[in-house]
Amino acid sequence: MTLEEFVKGFAELFDETEPDEIQATTVFHDLDEWSSLTGMAVLAYVKSITGRTISPAELRECVTVEDVYKLSMIR
Amino acid sequence: MAYIKAISYYLPEHVVTNEDLIAEFPEWSVDKVAKKIGVYSRHVAAEDETAGDMAEKAARKLFEEHDINPQDIDFIMLCTQSPDYFLPSTACLLQNRLGIPSSSGAFDYNLGCSGCVYGLAMATGLIEAGIAHNVLLITSETYNKYLHPQDKSNRSIFGDGAAACLVSNNGFAKIEKFVLGTDGSGANNLILKTGASRNPQPTGKCVVDDQEHIWRDDYLYMNGGAIFNFTLDTVPRLLNELLEKNKMTTSNVDYYVFHQANAFMLNALRKIVQIPKEKFYINMEETGNTVSSTVFIGLKDAMERCDIKPGMKVMIAGFGVGLSWGGTILSFTK
Repeated sequence: MTLEEFVKGFAELFDETEPDEIQATTVFHDLDEWSSLTGMAVLAYVKSITGRTISPAELRECVTVEDVYKLSMIR
Repeated sequence: MAYIKAISYYLPEHVVTNEDLIAEFPEWSVDKVAKKIGVYSRHVAAEDETAGDMAEKAARKLFEEHDINPQDIDFIMLCTQSPDYFLPSTACLLQNRLGIPSSSGAFDYNLGCSGCVYGLAMATGLIEAGIAHNVLLITSETYNKYLHPQDKSNRSIFGDGAAACLVSNNGFAKIEKFVLGTDGSGANNLILKTGASRNPQPTGKCVVDDQEHIWRDDYLYMNGGAIFNFTLDTVPRLLNELLEKNKMTTSNVDYYVFHQANAFMLNALRKIVQIPKEKFYINMEETGNTVSSTVFIGLKDAMERCDIKPGMKVMIAGFGVGLSWGGTILSFTK
Protein backbone atom coordinates (compact mmCIF):
# COMPACT_ATOMS: atom_id res chain seq x y z
CA MET A 1 0.00 0.00 0.00
CA THR A 2 1.34 3.43 -0.94
CA LEU A 3 1.53 6.32 1.49
CA GLU A 4 -1.09 8.14 -0.56
CA GLU A 5 -3.54 5.22 -0.32
CA PHE A 6 -2.85 4.91 3.40
CA VAL A 7 -3.56 8.61 4.01
CA LYS A 8 -6.82 8.39 2.03
CA GLY A 9 -8.01 5.45 4.18
CA PHE A 10 -6.84 7.23 7.34
CA ALA A 11 -8.91 10.30 6.42
CA GLU A 12 -12.00 8.12 5.98
CA LEU A 13 -11.85 7.18 9.67
CA PHE A 14 -13.02 10.69 10.54
CA ASP A 15 -16.68 11.74 10.41
CA GLU A 16 -16.41 15.52 10.56
CA THR A 17 -12.89 16.36 9.46
CA GLU A 18 -12.71 17.13 5.74
CA PRO A 19 -10.55 14.56 3.90
CA ASP A 20 -8.28 17.30 2.47
CA GLU A 21 -7.45 18.40 6.02
CA ILE A 22 -5.63 15.11 6.45
CA GLN A 23 -2.31 14.80 4.67
CA ALA A 24 0.79 12.70 5.26
CA THR A 25 2.27 15.54 7.30
CA THR A 26 -0.84 16.19 9.43
CA VAL A 27 -0.24 16.14 13.19
CA PHE A 28 -3.30 14.01 13.78
CA HIS A 29 -3.37 14.24 17.60
CA ASP A 30 -4.08 17.96 17.17
CA LEU A 31 -7.22 17.48 15.07
CA ASP A 32 -10.39 18.61 16.85
CA GLU A 33 -12.06 15.30 16.13
CA TRP A 34 -9.19 13.19 17.46
CA SER A 35 -10.24 11.02 20.43
CA SER A 36 -9.40 7.65 21.91
CA LEU A 37 -12.21 6.19 19.79
CA THR A 38 -10.61 7.55 16.61
CA GLY A 39 -7.36 6.08 17.90
CA MET A 40 -8.99 2.68 18.13
CA ALA A 41 -10.32 3.11 14.60
CA VAL A 42 -6.71 3.66 13.52
CA LEU A 43 -5.59 0.49 15.33
CA ALA A 44 -8.33 -1.47 13.52
CA TYR A 45 -7.47 0.20 10.19
CA VAL A 46 -3.81 -0.77 10.46
CA LYS A 47 -4.73 -4.31 11.44
CA SER A 48 -7.18 -4.68 8.57
CA ILE A 49 -4.68 -3.58 5.90
CA THR A 50 -1.42 -5.02 7.23
CA GLY A 51 -2.47 -7.65 9.78
CA ARG A 52 -0.08 -5.88 12.16
CA THR A 53 -1.13 -4.92 15.69
CA ILE A 54 0.18 -1.56 16.83
CA SER A 55 -0.20 -0.66 20.48
CA PRO A 56 -1.84 2.49 21.86
CA ALA A 57 1.62 3.47 23.18
CA GLU A 58 3.17 3.12 19.71
CA LEU A 59 0.36 5.17 18.20
CA ARG A 60 0.90 7.85 20.82
CA GLU A 61 4.55 8.12 19.76
CA CYS A 62 3.54 8.87 16.16
CA VAL A 63 3.28 12.53 15.30
CA THR A 64 2.17 12.60 11.67
CA VAL A 65 0.03 10.29 9.56
CA GLU A 66 3.20 9.28 7.73
CA ASP A 67 4.67 8.09 11.04
CA VAL A 68 1.71 5.74 11.43
CA TYR A 69 2.21 4.54 7.86
CA LYS A 70 5.88 3.80 8.50
CA LEU A 71 5.04 1.99 11.73
CA SER A 72 2.34 -0.04 10.00
CA MET A 73 4.63 -1.12 7.21
CA ILE A 74 7.36 -2.50 9.50
CA ARG A 75 7.32 -6.25 9.25
CA MET B 1 -24.96 -33.97 27.21
CA ALA B 2 -25.86 -30.58 28.61
CA TYR B 3 -28.46 -28.14 27.41
CA ILE B 4 -29.61 -24.62 28.12
CA LYS B 5 -33.14 -25.01 29.42
CA ALA B 6 -34.11 -21.46 30.36
CA ILE B 7 -32.75 -17.90 30.45
CA SER B 8 -34.06 -14.81 32.24
CA TYR B 9 -32.48 -11.54 33.21
CA TYR B 10 -32.94 -8.64 35.56
CA LEU B 11 -31.97 -5.01 35.05
CA PRO B 12 -32.00 -2.54 37.94
CA GLU B 13 -34.78 0.03 38.06
CA HIS B 14 -32.63 3.15 37.84
CA VAL B 15 -31.78 4.19 34.29
CA VAL B 16 -29.01 6.63 33.39
CA THR B 17 -29.65 8.12 29.95
CA ASN B 18 -27.17 9.90 27.72
CA GLU B 19 -29.06 13.10 28.50
CA ASP B 20 -28.21 12.52 32.17
CA LEU B 21 -24.54 12.18 31.22
CA ILE B 22 -24.66 15.33 29.06
CA ALA B 23 -26.01 17.22 32.08
CA GLU B 24 -22.96 16.10 34.05
CA PHE B 25 -20.44 16.57 31.23
CA PRO B 26 -21.80 19.42 29.08
CA GLU B 27 -18.50 19.76 27.19
CA TRP B 28 -18.58 16.14 26.08
CA SER B 29 -20.15 15.14 22.76
CA VAL B 30 -21.76 12.07 24.25
CA ASP B 31 -24.29 11.80 21.40
CA LYS B 32 -21.51 11.27 18.88
CA VAL B 33 -19.81 8.78 21.16
CA ALA B 34 -23.15 7.02 21.73
CA LYS B 35 -23.64 6.54 18.03
CA LYS B 36 -20.31 4.74 17.83
CA ILE B 37 -20.42 2.68 20.99
CA GLY B 38 -24.14 1.91 20.57
CA VAL B 39 -25.34 2.76 24.08
CA TYR B 40 -28.13 5.29 24.71
CA SER B 41 -29.08 4.35 28.25
CA ARG B 42 -27.97 1.89 30.89
CA HIS B 43 -29.37 0.52 34.13
CA VAL B 44 -27.46 1.20 37.32
CA ALA B 45 -27.90 -0.69 40.60
CA ALA B 46 -29.26 1.30 43.53
CA GLU B 47 -26.77 2.24 46.23
CA ASP B 48 -28.03 -0.53 48.51
CA GLU B 49 -28.55 -3.07 45.72
CA THR B 50 -25.75 -5.63 45.40
CA ALA B 51 -24.82 -8.19 42.77
CA GLY B 52 -26.29 -10.76 45.20
CA ASP B 53 -29.61 -8.90 45.25
CA MET B 54 -29.68 -8.69 41.46
CA ALA B 55 -28.73 -12.36 41.16
CA GLU B 56 -31.65 -13.27 43.42
CA LYS B 57 -34.03 -11.19 41.31
CA ALA B 58 -32.77 -12.75 38.06
CA ALA B 59 -33.16 -16.25 39.53
CA ARG B 60 -36.69 -15.50 40.78
CA LYS B 61 -37.59 -14.27 37.29
CA LEU B 62 -36.19 -17.49 35.86
CA PHE B 63 -38.30 -19.58 38.23
CA GLU B 64 -41.46 -17.56 37.49
CA GLU B 65 -41.09 -17.17 33.73
CA HIS B 66 -40.21 -20.81 33.15
CA ASP B 67 -42.19 -22.47 35.94
CA ILE B 68 -39.07 -23.87 37.61
CA ASN B 69 -39.21 -25.24 41.14
CA PRO B 70 -36.17 -24.12 43.18
CA GLN B 71 -36.30 -27.52 44.86
CA ASP B 72 -35.16 -29.06 41.57
CA ILE B 73 -31.90 -27.07 41.49
CA ASP B 74 -28.88 -29.05 42.69
CA PHE B 75 -26.03 -26.61 41.93
CA ILE B 76 -25.62 -22.83 41.98
CA MET B 77 -22.80 -20.96 40.29
CA LEU B 78 -22.51 -17.22 40.49
CA CYS B 79 -20.19 -15.33 38.21
CA THR B 80 -19.36 -11.97 39.75
CA GLN B 81 -16.49 -9.58 40.38
CA SER B 82 -18.61 -7.54 42.77
CA PRO B 83 -19.56 -10.12 45.42
CA ASP B 84 -21.53 -9.12 48.50
CA TYR B 85 -18.64 -10.12 50.77
CA PHE B 86 -15.04 -11.29 50.47
CA LEU B 87 -16.39 -14.39 52.17
CA PRO B 88 -18.58 -16.39 52.09
CA SER B 89 -19.44 -16.97 48.45
CA THR B 90 -22.54 -15.00 47.52
CA ALA B 91 -23.80 -18.23 45.88
CA CYS B 92 -24.08 -19.76 49.38
CA LEU B 93 -26.30 -16.88 50.50
CA LEU B 94 -28.39 -17.33 47.35
CA GLN B 95 -29.01 -21.00 48.21
CA ASN B 96 -30.74 -19.86 51.37
CA ARG B 97 -32.50 -16.85 49.90
CA LEU B 98 -33.87 -18.77 46.93
CA GLY B 99 -35.02 -21.84 48.88
CA ILE B 100 -32.70 -24.18 47.00
CA PRO B 101 -32.05 -27.52 48.76
CA SER B 102 -29.06 -27.64 51.11
CA SER B 103 -27.91 -30.74 49.22
CA SER B 104 -26.87 -28.37 46.39
CA GLY B 105 -23.32 -27.34 45.60
CA ALA B 106 -22.68 -23.59 45.38
CA PHE B 107 -19.77 -21.31 44.62
CA ASP B 108 -18.85 -17.96 43.12
CA TYR B 109 -16.28 -17.58 40.42
CA ASN B 110 -14.46 -14.39 39.57
CA LEU B 111 -14.60 -13.62 35.86
CA GLY B 112 -15.99 -10.77 33.79
CA CYS B 113 -16.88 -10.75 30.13
CA SER B 114 -15.88 -14.37 29.51
CA GLY B 115 -17.86 -15.52 32.57
CA CYS B 116 -21.00 -16.70 30.81
CA VAL B 117 -19.03 -19.12 28.62
CA TYR B 118 -16.90 -20.37 31.51
CA GLY B 119 -20.06 -20.96 33.56
CA LEU B 120 -21.59 -22.99 30.75
CA ALA B 121 -18.34 -24.97 30.46
CA MET B 122 -18.30 -25.79 34.19
CA ALA B 123 -22.03 -26.60 34.25
CA THR B 124 -21.57 -28.91 31.26
CA GLY B 125 -18.73 -30.67 33.11
CA LEU B 126 -20.84 -31.15 36.24
CA ILE B 127 -23.79 -32.50 34.26
CA GLU B 128 -21.77 -34.81 32.00
CA ALA B 129 -19.92 -36.18 35.05
CA GLY B 130 -23.25 -36.88 36.76
CA ILE B 131 -22.35 -34.57 39.66
CA ALA B 132 -25.35 -32.29 39.10
CA HIS B 133 -28.54 -32.38 37.05
CA ASN B 134 -29.95 -28.86 37.20
CA VAL B 135 -27.33 -26.13 37.45
CA LEU B 136 -28.50 -22.60 38.17
CA LEU B 137 -25.89 -20.40 36.51
CA ILE B 138 -26.15 -16.73 37.42
CA THR B 139 -24.09 -13.81 36.13
CA SER B 140 -24.40 -10.56 38.06
CA GLU B 141 -22.28 -7.45 38.01
CA THR B 142 -22.38 -3.94 39.45
CA TYR B 143 -19.32 -2.43 37.73
CA ASN B 144 -20.86 1.02 38.11
CA LYS B 145 -20.01 0.89 41.80
CA TYR B 146 -16.33 0.60 40.76
CA LEU B 147 -16.35 3.58 38.38
CA HIS B 148 -15.05 7.02 39.27
CA PRO B 149 -17.81 9.64 38.88
CA GLN B 150 -15.58 11.53 36.41
CA ASP B 151 -14.84 8.43 34.30
CA LYS B 152 -17.28 9.35 31.58
CA SER B 153 -15.98 6.81 29.06
CA ASN B 154 -16.63 3.79 31.22
CA ARG B 155 -19.79 5.28 32.68
CA SER B 156 -21.16 5.57 29.16
CA ILE B 157 -20.31 1.95 28.32
CA PHE B 158 -21.07 -0.15 31.40
CA GLY B 159 -24.52 -1.02 32.68
CA ASP B 160 -25.38 -3.15 35.69
CA GLY B 161 -27.43 -6.31 35.30
CA ALA B 162 -27.85 -9.98 36.09
CA ALA B 163 -28.85 -13.05 34.11
CA ALA B 164 -29.92 -16.50 35.23
CA CYS B 165 -29.67 -19.63 33.15
CA LEU B 166 -30.74 -23.19 33.88
CA VAL B 167 -28.34 -25.79 32.48
CA SER B 168 -29.75 -29.28 32.49
CA ASN B 169 -29.67 -32.65 30.71
CA ASN B 170 -32.45 -31.47 28.41
CA GLY B 171 -33.48 -28.08 27.04
CA PHE B 172 -33.73 -25.89 23.95
CA ALA B 173 -30.05 -25.63 23.04
CA LYS B 174 -27.42 -28.35 23.22
CA ILE B 175 -24.05 -27.07 24.42
CA GLU B 176 -21.29 -28.28 22.12
CA LYS B 177 -17.51 -28.19 22.53
CA PHE B 178 -15.64 -25.32 24.14
CA VAL B 179 -12.48 -23.35 23.49
CA LEU B 180 -11.15 -21.41 26.49
CA GLY B 181 -8.08 -19.24 26.93
CA THR B 182 -6.22 -16.94 29.31
CA ASP B 183 -3.42 -14.39 29.11
CA GLY B 184 -2.60 -13.02 32.54
CA SER B 185 0.14 -10.83 31.06
CA GLY B 186 -2.64 -8.41 30.09
CA ALA B 187 -4.12 -8.22 33.61
CA ASN B 188 -3.24 -4.55 34.03
CA ASN B 189 -5.33 -3.57 31.02
CA LEU B 190 -8.59 -4.03 32.90
CA ILE B 191 -8.12 -3.88 36.63
CA LEU B 192 -9.20 -2.42 39.94
CA LYS B 193 -5.98 -2.41 41.91
CA THR B 194 -6.95 -1.66 45.47
CA GLY B 195 -9.31 -3.06 48.08
CA ALA B 196 -8.18 -6.69 48.04
CA SER B 197 -5.10 -8.36 49.56
CA ARG B 198 -2.35 -6.99 47.28
CA ASN B 199 -3.23 -3.36 48.00
CA PRO B 200 -5.78 -3.36 50.82
CA GLN B 201 -5.85 0.41 51.34
CA PRO B 202 -6.82 3.03 48.75
CA THR B 203 -3.73 4.76 47.33
CA GLY B 204 -5.38 7.81 45.78
CA LYS B 205 -2.86 7.40 42.96
CA CYS B 206 -3.71 8.37 39.42
CA VAL B 207 -1.65 8.53 36.23
CA VAL B 208 -2.41 9.40 32.62
CA ASP B 209 -2.34 6.42 30.25
CA ASP B 210 -1.35 6.00 26.57
CA GLN B 211 -4.67 7.41 25.42
CA GLU B 212 -4.79 10.39 27.77
CA HIS B 213 -7.25 8.63 30.08
CA ILE B 214 -6.78 8.78 33.83
CA TRP B 215 -5.82 5.51 35.49
CA ARG B 216 -6.96 5.67 39.09
CA ASP B 217 -5.76 2.86 41.36
CA ASP B 218 -8.92 2.93 43.45
CA TYR B 219 -11.40 2.60 40.59
CA LEU B 220 -11.94 0.31 37.67
CA TYR B 221 -9.44 1.06 34.91
CA MET B 222 -9.68 -0.09 31.33
CA ASN B 223 -7.00 0.52 28.72
CA GLY B 224 -9.49 0.74 25.86
CA GLY B 225 -6.91 0.51 23.08
CA ALA B 226 -5.15 -2.50 24.57
CA ILE B 227 -8.45 -4.33 25.16
CA PHE B 228 -9.50 -3.43 21.63
CA ASN B 229 -6.26 -4.90 20.23
CA PHE B 230 -6.62 -7.99 22.42
CA THR B 231 -10.12 -8.56 21.07
CA LEU B 232 -9.14 -8.10 17.43
CA ASP B 233 -6.19 -10.48 17.91
CA THR B 234 -7.87 -13.14 20.03
CA VAL B 235 -11.46 -13.47 18.86
CA PRO B 236 -10.73 -14.31 15.19
CA ARG B 237 -8.41 -17.08 16.43
CA LEU B 238 -11.05 -18.23 18.92
CA LEU B 239 -13.61 -18.36 16.12
CA ASN B 240 -11.38 -20.57 13.96
CA GLU B 241 -10.50 -22.86 16.87
CA LEU B 242 -14.19 -23.25 17.71
CA LEU B 243 -15.05 -24.16 14.15
CA GLU B 244 -12.26 -26.71 14.05
CA LYS B 245 -13.11 -28.25 17.40
CA ASN B 246 -16.78 -28.55 16.49
CA LYS B 247 -15.97 -29.77 12.95
CA MET B 248 -17.80 -26.86 11.33
CA THR B 249 -17.20 -24.08 8.86
CA THR B 250 -18.62 -20.57 8.95
CA SER B 251 -21.28 -21.74 6.48
CA ASN B 252 -22.69 -24.00 9.25
CA VAL B 253 -22.99 -21.18 11.77
CA ASP B 254 -26.38 -19.50 11.52
CA TYR B 255 -25.90 -16.74 14.07
CA TYR B 256 -23.30 -15.20 16.36
CA VAL B 257 -23.86 -13.76 19.83
CA PHE B 258 -20.60 -12.34 21.11
CA HIS B 259 -20.00 -10.43 24.30
CA GLN B 260 -21.55 -6.98 23.83
CA ALA B 261 -18.48 -4.96 24.78
CA ASN B 262 -19.44 -1.95 22.69
CA ALA B 263 -20.82 -1.59 19.17
CA PHE B 264 -17.67 0.11 17.88
CA MET B 265 -15.49 -2.85 18.81
CA LEU B 266 -18.06 -5.40 17.61
CA ASN B 267 -18.33 -3.69 14.23
CA ALA B 268 -14.54 -3.67 13.83
CA LEU B 269 -14.42 -7.33 14.84
CA ARG B 270 -17.27 -8.29 12.51
CA LYS B 271 -15.44 -6.78 9.55
CA ILE B 272 -12.21 -8.58 10.39
CA VAL B 273 -13.89 -12.00 10.72
CA GLN B 274 -16.15 -11.20 7.75
CA ILE B 275 -19.46 -12.16 9.29
CA PRO B 276 -22.54 -10.69 7.54
CA LYS B 277 -24.38 -8.04 9.56
CA GLU B 278 -27.63 -10.01 9.66
CA LYS B 279 -25.94 -12.96 11.36
CA PHE B 280 -24.14 -10.90 14.01
CA TYR B 281 -25.97 -9.74 17.10
CA ILE B 282 -25.38 -6.16 18.22
CA ASN B 283 -27.83 -4.64 20.67
CA MET B 284 -26.78 -2.79 23.76
CA GLU B 285 -28.69 0.45 23.24
CA GLU B 286 -30.65 0.25 26.47
CA THR B 287 -28.45 -2.01 28.58
CA GLY B 288 -24.85 -1.03 27.87
CA ASN B 289 -22.12 -3.55 28.52
CA THR B 290 -23.42 -5.68 31.40
CA VAL B 291 -20.15 -7.66 31.54
CA SER B 292 -20.83 -11.39 32.10
CA SER B 293 -24.56 -11.06 31.37
CA THR B 294 -24.41 -9.69 27.81
CA VAL B 295 -24.38 -13.07 26.06
CA PHE B 296 -27.37 -14.42 28.01
CA ILE B 297 -29.30 -11.18 27.50
CA GLY B 298 -28.37 -11.27 23.80
CA LEU B 299 -29.45 -14.90 23.38
CA LYS B 300 -32.82 -14.22 25.00
CA ASP B 301 -33.33 -11.05 22.96
CA ALA B 302 -32.34 -12.75 19.69
CA MET B 303 -34.71 -15.65 20.39
CA GLU B 304 -37.57 -13.27 21.16
CA ARG B 305 -36.90 -11.35 17.92
CA CYS B 306 -36.74 -14.70 16.06
CA ASP B 307 -33.21 -13.96 14.85
CA ILE B 308 -32.42 -17.28 16.51
CA LYS B 309 -34.85 -20.00 15.43
CA PRO B 310 -35.17 -23.71 16.26
CA GLY B 311 -32.59 -25.84 14.48
CA MET B 312 -29.99 -23.06 14.27
CA LYS B 313 -26.35 -23.35 15.25
CA VAL B 314 -25.22 -20.30 17.20
CA MET B 315 -21.67 -19.37 18.14
CA ILE B 316 -21.25 -17.56 21.45
CA ALA B 317 -18.04 -15.97 22.73
CA GLY B 318 -16.92 -13.95 25.72
CA PHE B 319 -13.66 -12.03 26.08
CA GLY B 320 -12.21 -9.43 28.40
CA VAL B 321 -10.86 -8.93 31.92
CA GLY B 322 -8.18 -11.43 32.90
CA LEU B 323 -7.41 -11.40 30.11
CA SER B 324 -9.75 -14.30 29.54
CA TRP B 325 -11.77 -15.65 26.65
CA GLY B 326 -13.98 -18.56 25.71
CA GLY B 327 -16.57 -19.72 23.26
CA THR B 328 -18.85 -22.58 22.32
CA ILE B 329 -21.51 -23.57 19.82
CA LEU B 330 -25.15 -23.88 20.81
CA SER B 331 -27.24 -26.28 18.71
CA PHE B 332 -30.85 -25.17 19.05
CA THR B 333 -33.24 -28.10 19.01
CA LYS B 334 -35.82 -28.35 16.22
